[in-house]
Amino acid sequence: MGEGIGIDKKINIKGLVCPYTFVKAKLAVEDMEVGQVLEILLDYEEASRSIPKSMEDHGQKVLKVEKINDTDWRLVIRKEKE
Amino acid sequence: MDFTEDQLQRYSRHIILPEVGGKGQRKLLKAKVFIIGAGGLGCPVGYYLAAAGVGTIGMIDNDTVELSNLQRQIAHSTKTLGMSKIDSAKATFEALNPDVKVVGIKERISKDNILDFIKDYDIVVDGSDNFPTRYLVNDACVIAKKPLVSGAILKFEGHVTTIVPGEGHCYRCLFEEMPPPGLVPSCQEAGVIGAIPGVVGSLQAIEVVKLILGKGDVLKNTLLIYDALKTTFRRIKVPKNPDCPVCGNNPTITELLDYEAGYCAVR
Repeated sequence: MGEGIGIDKKINIKGLVCPYTFVKAKLAVEDMEVGQVLEILLDYEEASRSIPKSMEDHGQKVLKVEKINDTDWRLVIRKEKE
Repeated sequence: MDFTEDQLQRYSRHIILPEVGGKGQRKLLKAKVFIIGAGGLGCPVGYYLAAAGVGTIGMIDNDTVELSNLQRQIAHSTKTLGMSKIDSAKATFEALNPDVKVVGIKERISKDNILDFIKDYDIVVDGSDNFPTRYLVNDACVIAKKPLVSGAILKFEGHVTTIVPGEGHCYRCLFEEMPPPGLVPSCQEAGVIGAIPGVVGSLQAIEVVKLILGKGDVLKNTLLIYDALKTTFRRIKVPKNPDCPVCGNNPTITELLDYEAGYCAVR
């Protein structure tokens, strides 16, 4: 599953819509150390585009965005800065 | 401190800002701000700080709500006419946001009580409507080393400045002495457009939020003047005066004075 990327924390935000998808993702990143990796599971399509964009705007690194089935996306984000 | 689901929703537009985030919102929820006056300026300042989730808002005012207040004092209403401004504002702010504790004080601020009132707060906001109070609040904040966000309004004009004792100017660096009584008219004498305190109070609220977050540049060593007739904002540099009687190198004002002497309070 990790394709060689170690996952330090996972959140499942299925059922949430914007902006709460990003609120939850951002709070999860805040609680991590720089260098740690977050996996996000979501089912709100718009967030599969907006979360990666917002994370990059906030200085974090988007490692992966993948559609894993008909309804769900998996994002992998590495914390680059506080 | 973990946020409740209600808090995540209420503060979501804060949390998604890079300058705020969960950390900044927690700072806001822990912050304590003391507002002088529940009038034209105190209403919008308190309203926005309550909305922002500033955890403790102290507020002092000794007046009751009058019909002539309602053209600009937006925390009060026709239903609260005759009620103390403190009770009226407290009900409004707590209805807006139950996270906020409003500590209301129905007294006149004076040299004998101000230091005791402000000592437990992080930041002071001056929304008073007269010079003796403005100088009292300035001198008290310099002596107590409390950041002060000062606002003033008249007619179509508003002033905002942020005083950070030890770092920047104070009100007496700007205007060393009070103007003689009668020289500067009051709003009661000269009038004020109702939205002016809305603009100035909102600017004050943002200065407070920036001080709490530690983000951006506040109006330190700067006086901001809003001219609503021309729709202009001017920034005036106000250097710290080394000879300032209260914040200078050799201050002559080291305890609070009798600011009312010679002033008849035009209310």
